[in-house]
Amino acid sequence: MQTVSQLPDEVNYLDYKGKYKGIFAWIFSTDHKRIALLYMYSMLTMFVVGVVLGLAMKLELIAPGKTIMDPQTYNSVFTVHGVIMIFMIVIPGLPAVFGNFMLPIMIGAKDVAFPKVNLLSWYFYVLGAVLVIASVLFGNGAPDTGWTFYAPYSFKSGTNLLPAIFGAFVLGFSSILTGLNFIVTIHRMRAPGMTWFKMPLFPWSLYGTAWIQLLATPVVGITLVLVALERIFNIGVFDPALGGDPILYQHLFWIYSHPAVYVMILPAMGAISEIIPTFSQKHIFGYKAIIASTLAIAFVGYFVWGHHMFTSGMSGTAQYTFSILTFIVAIPSAIKVFNWISTMHKGSINPEAPFLWAVTFIFVFMIGGFSGLVLGALATNVHVHDTAFVVAHFHFIVFGGVGFAFFGAIHYWFPKMFGRMYDKVWAKVGWAFFTVGFLTLYSPMFYLGMMGMPRRYYDYLPEFHAANILSSLGSWVMTFGLLIIVINLFRSAKNGAIAEINPWHGKTLEWTVPSPPPLENFDEIPVYGEKDGPYEY
Amino acid sequence: MENEKHHIVPYKVYIYILLALVTMTFMSIGITKINLGEYSVLGAMIFATLKSILVLSWFMHLKFDQPFLRIMVGFVVLVFFAVIFITFLDYYFR
Repeated sequence: MQTVSQLPDEVNYLDYKGKYKGIFAWIFSTDHKRIALLYMYSMLTMFVVGVVLGLAMKLELIAPGKTIMDPQTYNSVFTVHGVIMIFMIVIPGLPAVFGNFMLPIMIGAKDVAFPKVNLLSWYFYVLGAVLVIASVLFGNGAPDTGWTFYAPYSFKSGTNLLPAIFGAFVLGFSSILTGLNFIVTIHRMRAPGMTWFKMPLFPWSLYGTAWIQLLATPVVGITLVLVALERIFNIGVFDPALGGDPILYQHLFWIYSHPAVYVMILPAMGAISEIIPTFSQKHIFGYKAIIASTLAIAFVGYFVWGHHMFTSGMSGTAQYTFSILTFIVAIPSAIKVFNWISTMHKGSINPEAPFLWAVTFIFVFMIGGFSGLVLGALATNVHVHDTAFVVAHFHFIVFGGVGFAFFGAIHYWFPKMFGRMYDKVWAKVGWAFFTVGFLTLYSPMFYLGMMGMPRRYYDYLPEFHAANILSSLGSWVMTFGLLIIVINLFRSAKNGAIAEINPWHGKTLEWTVPSPPPLENFDEIPVYGEKDGPYEY
Repeated sequence: MENEKHHIVPYKVYIYILLALVTMTFMSIGITKINLGEYSVLGAMIFATLKSILVLSWFMHLKFDQPFLRIMVGFVVLVFFAVIFITFLDYYFR
């Protein structure tokens, strides 16, 4: 395999001067790396909004009764927080940013299969985001149904729901187009000699994810259209007063939205599968088992949606079936954890920031996973359903899973993306504050849920006060850590030390091209030999 | 990609498929006039499936494409039917 595929003085994608200038050189660019950064900055903007709303919720809950907002505002705040964080951050998160940036380079391609479609998907993302924000700024108050838009409330609520629903619908198009692009790219554009079982694990995870994006997203799209039609024309699909079935809405919504959890978590697992062998300087343990578990999660993940509906009035037969299937999906997730730990065993561990994020990912993901079994078991689910326990579990999986993996990935690939190295000490300080804050913020919610504190209430009984204070304090510590991380990365992108081509001694193809990579990544497409593989240490 | 064969379907076949699709659309509307009880969904699904097979096979050229692609589409159809089956574990046993 070639090591450095072009001359180092070739113009990189950041400095490249094309047909357009200024901001137009970015928003009209079809280069996968620029599109990845467009996604990253758009997401960062929305993430700031989501974090502020989250902080506002925790501030409201710092004491019983009204603290800073009334109940209606609280309903809107947790709804918009959820819509932004789910549809605009964690679902597109790793695929849109690191998938777009790294996938073509990691498989030895010059770009994705359909660069213009790739740019179009970002436009859909922006349009969707604008629509959701419009629902907050205009009309009869911000949406207040929760991010799930449950029927019948979603067509009865007097708030400005239509733009938010349409925004989520448009964001789905962005996701579908990205998934389609990745499937075709992986099938058709792998470097010569890179057989399926020589492909790195991050592209493998993107492949599994892309199939979910492609197959499951249309279901939620049409469901949201039906809600809109129900609101406007009273068509009677979900409205029980007109012969409709509100539980059908829950089925259709979760047929997409549970697999969507795997859209979030699979690429996160893929990034972790890249970081751990690099920082252990060791071949990944059970390469094929990780691939099989990725595909198994993607497949079984389609059939477990009903565990969100155990208390909805669904039939007992369906409840048992979904409970069993939910336990099955835990198996491939556990296989991955065993493989990561076995990779570290007797490895030459280099505890840099990406590695710290990766091992913390395993820790929080396991807490999230085990608490998921509590929710997957019928008897215990009924006890903690719709309590703060669910909020804790969900944030350990989604924010703990995707968030820690995202920060791990950005610290891992940052020198490649920007050609500069961040301040390693501040990176570790940020990680420490974030981790301590995260655990302080969400751990008390397990206790609160077990004790019976319902979620989505702006008020609570006095006996829940102490744990809520702890949780609110945690939100401040975590945000402080977040600020350190973001400031460190922003400063370093401009003023950091020049990064080497391969600062972490990684073995995948992205570490063979200059940092930052040139416009078309490779002068000559690399060729994989018989003995080449992604993790040959 | 240059080596792949392109099968040319005569226009006549496309027109037959179009006519079949239109006919089945009217038949799927017609079947709603008959009270089939719990099988009315099944009736609608059969027509929708037949129409999808025609579109996939001829309009989307699956019939003339690599067997690998047919297997992938078949897998997707399998997932779809599994989802429908599990959903009806709720409706039929509620």
